[in-house]
Amino acid sequence: MTDRIHPLLGIFAALVFVFLVGPLIIIIGASLSDTNFLTFPPRGLTLHWFTNIFAVTAFKTTAITSFELAFAGTLLSLVLGIPAAYALNRFRVELPAWLSTVYVLPILIPEIVFGFSLMKSVTIDSGFPVGLTLLIGHALLVLPYSVRVVSASLAAFDFSIEEAAISLGSPPLKTFFTIVLPNIRAGVIAAFILAFITSINDVSVSLFLTGPGISTLPIQILAYMEQFFDPTMAAVSVLLMLLTVGVMAIVEATLGLTFLTK
Amino acid sequence: MNTLRKWNLSLPAALAVGLLLVVPVVATFTTTFTQPQGAFAPYLAFFNSGFRRTVLWRTVEVAVITTVLSLVIGFLTAYVISKVPGRAKSVMIVAAVFPLLTGVVVRSFAWMIILGKNGILNDFLLWTGIISAPLSMLYTEGAVIVAMVYLFVPLMILTLVGVLDNIPKDVIEASISLGASPASTFRQVILPLSVPGLIVGAVLVFTGSFTSYATPQLLGGERQMMMGTFLYQRAMVTFDWVGASTVAAIMVVVTIAIVLVMGRIARKLNPMAV
Repeated sequence: MTDRIHPLLGIFAALVFVFLVGPLIIIIGASLSDTNFLTFPPRGLTLHWFTNIFAVTAFKTTAITSFELAFAGTLLSLVLGIPAAYALNRFRVELPAWLSTVYVLPILIPEIVFGFSLMKSVTIDSGFPVGLTLLIGHALLVLPYSVRVVSASLAAFDFSIEEAAISLGSPPLKTFFTIVLPNIRAGVIAAFILAFITSINDVSVSLFLTGPGISTLPIQILAYMEQFFDPTMAAVSVLLMLLTVGVMAIVEATLGLTFLTK
Repeated sequence: MNTLRKWNLSLPAALAVGLLLVVPVVATFTTTFTQPQGAFAPYLAFFNSGFRRTVLWRTVEVAVITTVLSLVIGFLTAYVISKVPGRAKSVMIVAAVFPLLTGVVVRSFAWMIILGKNGILNDFLLWTGIISAPLSMLYTEGAVIVAMVYLFVPLMILTLVGVLDNIPKDVIEASISLGASPASTFRQVILPLSVPGLIVGAVLVFTGSFTSYATPQLLGGERQMMMGTFLYQRAMVTFDWVGASTVAAIMVVVTIAIVLVMGRIARKLNPMAV
């Protein structure tokens, strides 16, 4: 009785889901079309556009760069972020309150401003190689996820367990790896996944930090679209959607998808 | 010992943000105030140019419309999701999470296929006979808004499902047992309790759309230049770095102003804080 939904509201919600899912189905359809332009429903079925992805070497090299970058950037953000999250929770009253704001600055500052400023200050003025600046950009971009998600799971951790281990003679670092880390495993996995997917999909930070020598997949896709508008794009998009499916499967298996509404 | 440890653990990340984010962004700001023509010259140049004012105004307009549409669509949908039973709820959450985790390029590209001159919508409208010649829908403000709403509705839904799930069931039951109709329960109980969440969502969508690059680039192109695309054009096409820095500074100021103002409003309107 209390859970009754007005039929009009139900229809509205159904239309919203058509709106959300429809465009992605259109991409899948368009990627299979046996035409050299993008159309839906597909006319004739072919996997030609998927094989064509591999004919464009730039897709392969930038995809590898994107994966390496997302992996290294995420790891770097966790190496910096886990200790920070630990300190924020363990020494909450002793650390200044503004510190937790510092860690989320990469979300507060518009990504495109961050990317532009990095290029100007770090690459051009300080002479850092573009690849290194790109890595710095991605690691900082995803740092807020590492700090916040790990922090949320540390908030539920009972630090008296850690103290017990230490008072029984376990060294602090060993205690962290054997006692604390296993208890916040879910948070670390979640942080890793969110950071990884954010990094691999990033456009605005990478935009200024790529060039002829180094580029990421999303930037390469944008560049390709300026010249060609054929179903190869749809095929690449389908592969990226498969990546999303994989990520969702991991989230569901480790944390449950309702985690994302918290 | 703890004094040392707390700083050893917390400082590396803070220093990284300070040196590699705050310093470069402040340097970008600084260049706009140290021009030979005078401290505010780049800003005067920006606001004296009709074209640039149009870009700023268009960006504000697109961001506001996107925010309002995403709020309405997101809230109503989240309300339905919070009411449906377990299994259907998971399916609906999956349908919202999937686009959210798919990249902005892919999601904007989908709308290029739909709205293009030989796109699906034109094909369909021609087929039904509603129109006799294809419409140019791509590279319009409307195209940018549709794609932006598509981009942000999942974020809004997930934010608000969390908010609605956190409203204590007792409060809603109390309202109903005291004789309120479902409609007035929604209006007088659920809606006011959702205001803080709606404001969080609005801030996320406004700042996200105000500073976006890929969507305006793909669906608006040169014709519907927005702050993000204009910043890129200034920096990488015309190499006018002071101009680009000015755009960047305006973007940061607007973003932070919105975050602060909305945060203040949220605190005032929060019925639980009384």
